Amino acid sequence: MSDLNKLTIAAARDGLRKGDFTATDLTEACLSAIEVAGALNAFVHHTPEVARTQAAAADERLKGSEEAPAMCGIPLGIKDLFCTKGVPSQAASAILDGFRPEYESTVSQNLFDAGAVMLGKLNMDEFAMGSSNETSTYGNAVNPWKADDGAQRTPGGSSGGSAAAVAADLCLAATGTDTGGSIRQPAAFTGITGLKPTYGRCSRWGIVAFASSLDQAGPMTRDVRDAAIMLGAMCGHDPKDSTSADLPVPDFEAALTGDIRGKTIGIPREYRIDGMPDEIAKVWEDGTAMLKDAGAKIVDISLPHTKYALPAYYVIAPAEASSNLARYDGVRFGHRAKLAPGDGITEMYEKTRAEGFGAEVKRRVMVGTYVLSAGFYDAYYNRARKVRALIKRDFETVFTDGVDAILTPATPSAAFPLGMKHDDPVQMYLNDVFTVTVNLAGLPGIAVPTGLDGQGLPLGLQLIGRPWEEGDLLNTAWSLERAAGFVAKPAKWW
Amino acid sequence: MSIDTETAAKVAKLARIKVDPAELPALAEEFNTILGFIEQLNEVDVTGIEPMTSVTPQRLKRRDDVVTDGDQQAAVLSNAPDAREGFFAVPKVVE
Repeated sequence: MSDLNKLTIAAARDGLRKGDFTATDLTEACLSAIEVAGALNAFVHHTPEVARTQAAAADERLKGSEEAPAMCGIPLGIKDLFCTKGVPSQAASAILDGFRPEYESTVSQNLFDAGAVMLGKLNMDEFAMGSSNETSTYGNAVNPWKADDGAQRTPGGSSGGSAAAVAADLCLAATGTDTGGSIRQPAAFTGITGLKPTYGRCSRWGIVAFASSLDQAGPMTRDVRDAAIMLGAMCGHDPKDSTSADLPVPDFEAALTGDIRGKTIGIPREYRIDGMPDEIAKVWEDGTAMLKDAGAKIVDISLPHTKYALPAYYVIAPAEASSNLARYDGVRFGHRAKLAPGDGITEMYEKTRAEGFGAEVKRRVMVGTYVLSAGFYDAYYNRARKVRALIKRDFETVFTDGVDAILTPATPSAAFPLGMKHDDPVQMYLNDVFTVTVNLAGLPGIAVPTGLDGQGLPLGLQLIGRPWEEGDLLNTAWSLERAAGFVAKPAKWW
Repeated sequence: MSIDTETAAKVAKLARIKVDPAELPALAEEFNTILGFIEQLNEVDVTGIEPMTSVTPQRLKRRDDVVTDGDQQAAVLSNAPDAREGFFAVPKVVE
């Protein structure tokens, strides 16, 4: 059977259970696809031996039981931010060169316990800091989609390798993480589905920390049903993460009824930003009409502090990063600089961090250091946390008023050419203008592809849900997906 | 608020990142761009608002104060750039 690597998780699960093919067949199809996709630079550490061993084990498990978990035998890519035991895990940073964790992240362990197969580790922005996968020590990941100009485009970031790999059918799905939009923006740029769950739904244990109050892992998949299936296997309470929610995990797939009649969908006026391209405004209007046609009630809403989300984020995230990244000191793991005669421990720290961190990471660590430093803590950090409270309150107010989900564009543009936004860090930060509010408020958000722009590049919409109601959010997203009927795939050039 | 090269050098020192003095003016300029962006927060009326400390209102879980782990010296040291005799080794700290 050919093209097994192009299946959805749901189709692969059904085929595996019926015995149409084996997990080994699926895995080999993906490994072959990865082998010829070097030009995308999506997989940066290949683990074919691990994959073949896990696939063989999955085949045994599938043979023995009709009730094998849905993820049993499903080949995945794992973002390099997840610590995987004995396998390089370096958050796309030179400072973790050679690091092989002695432990497994809870999310990847949960997936493996469910029988999933790891094909390898996926490219990303260094320490998940970036919106274009151009800050990686492995070099750029490349979007499988091209426009008429033929230019190589960004797959988005920070989960750029995950997005490129899923869009190019190198794996059935991938793990991502999202601190300001790092699942949803790359998903929108590559025509796939990306879900950031409610903060606390997935354990952060074993995921290299960027900004602990914002980071959340989630699935990056071909469609909404797959996101529901994979989230169910990733999440759950974990005593090793004190912010992991001790809540039962519902059957997210069972929530996909397709019935959204009577649901109230909010359209926030503050997201209609100045200079929004017509094509983005158009997909947003089209999506609104689709949900209305499906029986939802559309209401205009206001989230008055939206404008301040990005500035608040660029205080809070660097502040937390400067603290989290203090651990890269050349003592316990990763890179240590060669020292000159007479160098003491301070020189070792300073040289190690100068050599190991890339430019964007240094910039954010230093900005974070500054906003936390004596004399500025109140003016910057505390003020940003107050604004964050107001942003969260904006959402709570509309949910209290009866809004079930909020529909917005996922990104302010389609995927842009690599190398385009290097000069000004703030221009790059604006990529996350529609997604970052969701992290600040800890809410679930999902990006769904709904159309193509005039150049043939995918565009996505974002749905934002109530906390802990991923099932309901996925159901609304599923309705949108069915109405949009997005089936376009990138033409293979790699 | 404008950051000069002296402040940039101080921040780099606090962050324990070695920055070549020749690069300090450009670094200061980048800080100013980013801080200029952040300055927008001053437009917001935050009177009476408490800084957000927890994403979801929850009491952090606690566990019994008992030993649950141990005997992992080899695993702990396995990734160290320099480990000797069961310890992490670093340059001389005290003269």
